[in-house]
Amino acid sequence: MLADKDRIFRNLYGIEDWGLKEAKKRGAWDGTKTFIQNGRDWVVDEVKASGLRGRGGAGFPTGLKWSFMPKQSDGRPHYLVVNADESEPGTCKDREIMRHDPHLLIEGCLLASFAMGANTAYIYIRGEFIRERERLQAAVDEAYEAKLIGKKNIHGWPFDLYIHHGAGAYICGEETALLESLEGKKGQPRLKPPFPANAGLYGAPTTVNNVESIAVAPDILRRGATWFAALGKPNNAGTKLFCISGHVNRPCNVEEEMGISLRDLLERHAGGVRGGWDNLLAVIPGGSSVPCLPADTCGSLSMDFDSLRELKSGLGTAAVIVMDKSTDIIRAIARLSYFYKHESCGQCTPCREGTGWMWRVLERMARGEAQKREIDMLLEVTYQIEGHTICALGDAAAWPVQGLIRHFRHVIEERIDQYAANPNPDGAVREPVAAE
Amino acid sequence: MSVRRLDSLQPKSFKFNAENARWATAQMKKFPKGKQASTVIPLLWRAQEQHGGWLPEPAIRHIAEILDMAQIRVLEVATFYTMFNLSPVGKYFVQLCGTTPCMLRGAEEIKEVCRRVIGPQGQVTEDGVFSWLEVECLGACVNAPMVQINKDYYEDLTGEIFEQILMDLREGKEVPPGPQNGRQFSCPEGGPTTLLNGGAAKDGSPAKKPAVARRKPRAKGAGK
Repeated sequence: MLADKDRIFRNLYGIEDWGLKEAKKRGAWDGTKTFIQNGRDWVVDEVKASGLRGRGGAGFPTGLKWSFMPKQSDGRPHYLVVNADESEPGTCKDREIMRHDPHLLIEGCLLASFAMGANTAYIYIRGEFIRERERLQAAVDEAYEAKLIGKKNIHGWPFDLYIHHGAGAYICGEETALLESLEGKKGQPRLKPPFPANAGLYGAPTTVNNVESIAVAPDILRRGATWFAALGKPNNAGTKLFCISGHVNRPCNVEEEMGISLRDLLERHAGGVRGGWDNLLAVIPGGSSVPCLPADTCGSLSMDFDSLRELKSGLGTAAVIVMDKSTDIIRAIARLSYFYKHESCGQCTPCREGTGWMWRVLERMARGEAQKREIDMLLEVTYQIEGHTICALGDAAAWPVQGLIRHFRHVIEERIDQYAANPNPDGAVREPVAAE
Repeated sequence: MSVRRLDSLQPKSFKFNAENARWATAQMKKFPKGKQASTVIPLLWRAQEQHGGWLPEPAIRHIAEILDMAQIRVLEVATFYTMFNLSPVGKYFVQLCGTTPCMLRGAEEIKEVCRRVIGPQGQVTEDGVFSWLEVECLGACVNAPMVQINKDYYEDLTGEIFEQILMDLREGKEVPPGPQNGRQFSCPEGGPTTLLNGGAAKDGSPAKKPAVARRKPRAKGAGK
């Protein structure tokens, strides 16, 4: 288990005060000026050397992403945009950072902006997080007041930080949709290239980072890249906030080392699977977008990017959704399909039409009202959606369904058989299902 | 995607009050010159707050004028983002998370309470106190099931507790938001498994104070 001294988010549960004074006691804003004096390249190199991979889901190396920003400004300003539009089902870690340790995030914003030559940063927080936004704004005000940030601050890098918010659109968690939204438009993703590092916010070089990626940066600089790199596994370094939800005895957020085994994670921190480990049916290991894994693969599962990828799933946002044997897995995945149908921005046909189509078929399959050949048809449709859309929402909608069919085809088949044997158990009149 | 249309009954006019108008001007300063359109979401949100929780059509025109945007662009934004309520809502607007993590922990039971106590989804009660809506993941999954009522999250609910919350709100009582089962935010129920020495202890120095839940559990069925 990760030792307490190696934890970055020491006020994860809000047991202590979030304010500047207490945050400083926990180590925030310590040595910030030295890091800036060490220069931009030092900061980028240090983050690169730490092996930090983006904490928003894709796991792209953060230092490398920062290094894509132009070295010299061509007259256009540079921007850092922090993605706090946390809406991936299962994920609730950035919320804790923003309401309980906001100063780590603010300090990270200053350092990351410095590393990419940006004097302005925006934090885009999801609209529903109203109290979290108020808290974060209060912390930003404190930081301005103490001259930690601002045009003239004690760190010597002119820096303005603004809080902005959305209004309920999952798609705005996609970086280019977020930029569109930040420009005051509908959140519909842009075609890439050009990538944001070349033409992002207002057409200027921009880097979009997840809250957690930014908030861990100051501690990486403070304690050294080697400290961070030594935690976790090779190519999957450091600590990570895990969100454990669903059928466990004590759902919680917890900071742990990357590569911790799933069983350890659940049993040490979340009180274990409801009804014991043998009662486990499946887990979704990284937020709703990654395919589920059945219990028989979970015994020695290592929670890191590469291990989960080998099993055709993913670490995603490290939001572990646990399902015990009482779960109707078809219905659980069908509900996710409804989520993607609801959240599709409507720009690309495969996603706009496909998400609704998948949902309707799955709803029928959950009742057993389907043909077995439709299972393969559904699988085929997921491949028609995956990779055929501007952004990854199409992929994200397809993967859970693929995971379901890959591991639980027998459940769907059984359900179909049951229904075929007795289509109207209570003699009730079937409600017609409207096509949309 | 969902079809979202403006309400058929609209007020004649809408204008920001003086305070909100000042606030709107300040918001625009967050963005570079000429990029004031960036503030469209916060302004629409403020308009919705001023108008009692829903966004009328004249407000869309008013904001288009303030931001020097084409009205259709503002209308697009208002209909795209689902937090803009295009029809009236109750004084207490309950948004119930129904996505899988909440569903696994009993969102259906909470939904049942909504149907029974408030009525059909999307309909305001006759006294104007409540309306409810099933929404997608609100990002409090380890505290499932949960609802958002106006600005606050109410977490770790059971049907019984949630019904009590509705009763208390109807009677004008204050209901503390957050976890309703005595938990400290997203800490495991019963106390943390990590950070046992308190957060400030960087080097494993002696415990500063015991880290235990401070919130008092709601007594089951209290006030019945």
